[in-house]
Amino acid sequence: MTAALVLIAVFTLATAAVALSLRNLIHSALLLIASWFGIAAFYLWAGAEFVAFAQVLVYVGAVSMVVLFAVLLTRRSRADTVIAPDSVARAISAVITGIAVFGVLVAAILKTSFARLSPAGVPPLPSGTGVSPVISAPTATVRDIGMQLMSTHAAALLIIGILLTVALLGAVVLAAQDGPESKQESP
Amino acid sequence: MSLDPLHLCLLFSSALFCLGLIGALARSNTILVLLGIELMLNAANLNFIAFWRYGPVTSPATGVMFVIFSIAVAAAEAAVGLALIIAVYRHQKNIRLQEANRLKG
Repeated sequence: MTAALVLIAVFTLATAAVALSLRNLIHSALLLIASWFGIAAFYLWAGAEFVAFAQVLVYVGAVSMVVLFAVLLTRRSRADTVIAPDSVARAISAVITGIAVFGVLVAAILKTSFARLSPAGVPPLPSGTGVSPVISAPTATVRDIGMQLMSTHAAALLIIGILLTVALLGAVVLAAQDGPESKQESP
Repeated sequence: MSLDPLHLCLLFSSALFCLGLIGALARSNTILVLLGIELMLNAANLNFIAFWRYGPVTSPATGVMFVIFSIAVAAAEAAVGLALIIAVYRHQKNIRLQEANRLKG
């Protein structure tokens, strides 16, 4: 179990790190899609299947296409997907900031004991003893999720629907041409 | 020292968060900055799932529900953000952050 988690984490982090350091935008976008796949694999590993498939549908399917379209729409020539190198000083200060934040987070996580948080009666999972932690995992079937969405979280579902509609309309309005000749064509 | 899976999940998500932070701070291409912010959002979602899986038992689908709504909001954010990038590109013919410093079109 833990080995699979480490494998997924290394894959996700490596693809994300390479994606954010490349200068070719298309390669960056494709590597980030791989990274989102890794995150979906983590959700599958944790037993949240519905979230994993939502991640694949939304990120790997939709957001990646929007990103690729944005990359292709904002280039000046056919070969203009390689961007100029960024300033080194900015990169160094960003890396220092990131490592500092990471150090603080790691120190806080390692100092915290989550033993009191774990479910009563379930001891902390020993690694490599073959004890399947699936027994103690909370189960959320699609049926449960649907029932909760329609009962407890119905208001939140409606608000999310309105938010998505407004956001997509806003995106169309922002990205639409607003020249005088296109105003006459648009209804 | 042995780390239980919750610690490993939290370390994973904080490493992903910091990668996104470094990407958002270091790059000057607006699309890459937006992708760094997306990575940070994904790291937050990883935390929700990790605590849902290993945290105290509450209502069984709470964490999943939170992540689903979070993914929906992230999708809306990505759509609006990339539309803004296209609008900025149309004005400036460039998507470098340093050059997008005027509010007046």
